[in-house]
Amino acid sequence: MAGFLPFGLPEMDARLPGGGLASGALHEVAGAGNGALDGAAAALFAAGIMARTKGQILWCVRDQDLFAPGLEAAGLAADRVIYVEAGDEQTALACFEEGLRHGGLAGVVAEIGRLSMTSSRRLQLAAEGSGTLGIAIRRWRRQSDAVDFGQPTAAVTRWRVSALPSAPLAAPGIGRARWLVELIRCRAGESADFEVEGCDHEGRLALPAGLADRSAEAGARRIAGGRARG
Amino acid sequence: MPELGIQDVELGADAAALKKLGLWALRLYSPLVAVDPPDGLVIDATGAAHLRGGEEAMLHDMVVRLAASGINARAAMADSWGAAHAFARATSKPVIVVPPGETATLLQRLPLAFLRLPSEMVDQLRRLGFERVSDIASQPRGPLTQRFGPELHRRLDQALGRLREPIEPIRAPELIEARWQFAEPIGAPETLARYTGKLAGALCEMLVAKGVGARRLDLLFHRVDSEMQAIRIGTAMPNRDAKRLTRLLCDKLETIDPGFGVEAMSLCATLAEPFETKQVRTSLLEETPDTDVSSLVDILANRVGGANLYRFAPVESDVPERSVGRIAPASGAVGRKWPASLPRPVRLLRKPEPIETMALLPDHPPVSFSWRGVRRRISRADGPERIFGEWWKRDAENNAVRDYFQVEDEQGERFWIFRSGDGEHPETGGQSWYLHGIFG
Repeated sequence: MAGFLPFGLPEMDARLPGGGLASGALHEVAGAGNGALDGAAAALFAAGIMARTKGQILWCVRDQDLFAPGLEAAGLAADRVIYVEAGDEQTALACFEEGLRHGGLAGVVAEIGRLSMTSSRRLQLAAEGSGTLGIAIRRWRRQSDAVDFGQPTAAVTRWRVSALPSAPLAAPGIGRARWLVELIRCRAGESADFEVEGCDHEGRLALPAGLADRSAEAGARRIAGGRARG
Repeated sequence: MPELGIQDVELGADAAALKKLGLWALRLYSPLVAVDPPDGLVIDATGAAHLRGGEEAMLHDMVVRLAASGINARAAMADSWGAAHAFARATSKPVIVVPPGETATLLQRLPLAFLRLPSEMVDQLRRLGFERVSDIASQPRGPLTQRFGPELHRRLDQALGRLREPIEPIRAPELIEARWQFAEPIGAPETLARYTGKLAGALCEMLVAKGVGARRLDLLFHRVDSEMQAIRIGTAMPNRDAKRLTRLLCDKLETIDPGFGVEAMSLCATLAEPFETKQVRTSLLEETPDTDVSSLVDILANRVGGANLYRFAPVESDVPERSVGRIAPASGAVGRKWPASLPRPVRLLRKPEPIETMALLPDHPPVSFSWRGVRRRISRADGPERIFGEWWKRDAENNAVRDYFQVEDEQGERFWIFRSGDGEHPETGGQSWYLHGIFG
């Protein structure tokens, strides 16, 4: 079993068993609302995590709409990422598993809609066997399909990233993006949610300035019944 | 015509040139290629076209490449050898793809001359009033066979796909090939897989002896009913690792239909290149994981097709959709980066989508916009970033201008929108607004 990849934010890492995201495991990320369809914030969240690993990344998509300069702004250099345009979900899943099984990659990201218990278990086993970090970006074609995110899978953690209004600047303009990052499910841990600022150019999240001096307990509210939802 | 030069036909040289062309097609397009004398090639594209981006793209590629070397060619794809032969010669279009299942109906309208019949027979048939394929197909068979022999209906049935016509693929002596003849026909998938492994082992020994590695491998299955089935795989780098090649071949075994049994298998390195040996580094330090992903690249490329596996690299262009190029996954590190100071979204729409906006001032971002039926109020915005058309690429872009804004709506979702035109001069664009990308 490989190690853990910390977020570098004590508030978040304290909530994760091992003090970070488990490397040889499958994790799920989805967006909320419109983000369930475009998966933009989820892709940046995944890119930020992958940016902090070392080695090649495989990114499996159904149809390509990623813009590499945007990923690079989250710290993921274009030279590190190999893209597979699978055309359909089944092939994307197969490529995802192939990538996790190979063992020479630092991580594999796949954008998929439906993820059954069986296929997620296969992915989890493949990730465990090779120590490769796997992130499934859950992304659906229709808003009504997004209820699928309530179904259980074998993933170790499940995250939801949604946009929040960013902090106003003194001058006209636009500041760093702000996200609500919800840890909906976490094996051997509890769910929590965090308000963070989006990835910087090295893929690191940050606590908003106003919240940084609050205690960990206040920054990460517990959701009542959160485990049942996972 | 005073300048008309006359040259005698050299049938032998023509046949030799055609065979050379066939070997070229074998390397590039499909494991099953045969000459169709005097002036044609026949290619079985089953399971080979996807590596070239589909049937039509493959034919176009073929015609364009041949034209570049001075050969005026026409290509047709159909359900049978006879039909493809007929369509390629009957139409004036350089490329024609007949959809599966429609061969029979389209064939009816063609003149009989395209059915590969002796020309005397076509003349006699015309004298009797038979002009087109449909004239023959609607007649009772008996009298016609009695008059013209079995050849007429044999050719008709071959063209309609009722009668099989196996392709005996051409081979060249310089190709490295391993072959296995079975005493009894085999058919079980496990047996096929076992012999695939044995052939790969034998072939790799030959590759080692010649100092080359395989870039393209064809595994042919000779069935007892004299049909052929084939698997073609490609690798990004010259390769002679039997285990890896076996893995790639076995991934495709499920596409093979052994029918009543396979009596022989042959594995051929259609394209081989010099193999560069690498020194294996050992170190006393802790073992670094194997980070060579070329084997994974080969597996995935054979699954989804080489064109669907790539890396992105920066291209010198200010126009966002042109600033990204695709390169092969195994190419070396590019090192260049996009300018980090410019905001760029993580998702870029394939085509900018028109949005309805409420704008107050020409130099400012809109106050609100509706996209895909949802109205959003803009609470924060940054811009404009002005991008000029690249007049050296297209005349229409001489004066074109786009003003990009990064905007955030009240929920915090961020979008990349632009106005085509500078807001003042009509020649710079239509002054309408588009949404081009989504930030996270």
